[in-house]
Amino acid sequence: MIVLQLEYFLLLAAALFCIGIYGLITSRNAVRVLMSIELLLNAVNLNLMAFSNFLDADVKGQVFSVFVITIAAAEAAVGLAIVLAIYRNRDTIDMEQFNLLKW
Amino acid sequence: MTLAEGTQLVSFGVLTLTTIVAALGVVLLENIVYSAFLLGGVFISIAGMYLLLNADFVAAAQILVYVGAVNVLILFAIMLVNKREPLAPLKNAWVRQGLTALVCLGLFALLGTVAITTSWNVLPEAPVVGDTALRLGEHFFSDFLLPFELASVLLLIAMIGAIVLARREFIPDARTGDGDPNLIFRLPERPRDPVAPEPLEPISK
Repeated sequence: MIVLQLEYFLLLAAALFCIGIYGLITSRNAVRVLMSIELLLNAVNLNLMAFSNFLDADVKGQVFSVFVITIAAAEAAVGLAIVLAIYRNRDTIDMEQFNLLKW
Repeated sequence: MTLAEGTQLVSFGVLTLTTIVAALGVVLLENIVYSAFLLGGVFISIAGMYLLLNADFVAAAQILVYVGAVNVLILFAIMLVNKREPLAPLKNAWVRQGLTALVCLGLFALLGTVAITTSWNVLPEAPVVGDTALRLGEHFFSDFLLPFELASVLLLIAMIGAIVLARREFIPDARTGDGDPNLIFRLPERPRDPVAPEPLEPISK
């Protein structure tokens, strides 16, 4: 008998994803937006690992999550560099002030 | 319920609690430094979840990459853009937040319903994988070889891109030829309030 069900992990990942979406939309600090993106990536990774453990006899889900971790590290580096560049340009980190491309 | 199953259940409950509370803290707290440290808590809790899911190598990678690299990078970014500015209040800010919370709750309800009502084709018992690092290495160098190499190229591209983007355009070495010796180079991202109590003296030879 498996005491931990697949649905527990899926529900936790869904909750983490929704918290990340909320932070992504409502944050006004640019660095906090990047942190919310990390939350989203972690939620997706948790889904992949749960499916890999419960549905697949192999470790392919773990391979995918290693790739996601790699891409997330690259994304964090480039994203923070972009935030630094925007901060130098506009002298603020308020997301509402980044309206150069607004019509 | 045996002792091992009880331990798993209790660990899952504790890890779930810390994950959700820390994630809410990341999103909702005012001070962004607290948010960054709570993000590290979220990463560590997720690594514990990976251990519960029989993935020891990925749990170690999660600790190393996320807590060791990404979180430290975020802390450095917070230090580099340490501008405490009063954000101008938006009109109808509560409408936006309420609407977003509503959409997020609806999304959670949708995802939860899908996760519960779908009849997953779960394996009868947990597969015995053995050494996960060994199996992962076999996958990386046989059927996932091309994505593996592409990931390394992408990391190189991201590194060069981050350096190019974050590089200062103001290079001090280009001006030290025959300028006046009293010239002080001020970094563009220096905070407004000086950290030292009195301003710095000009350099005199």
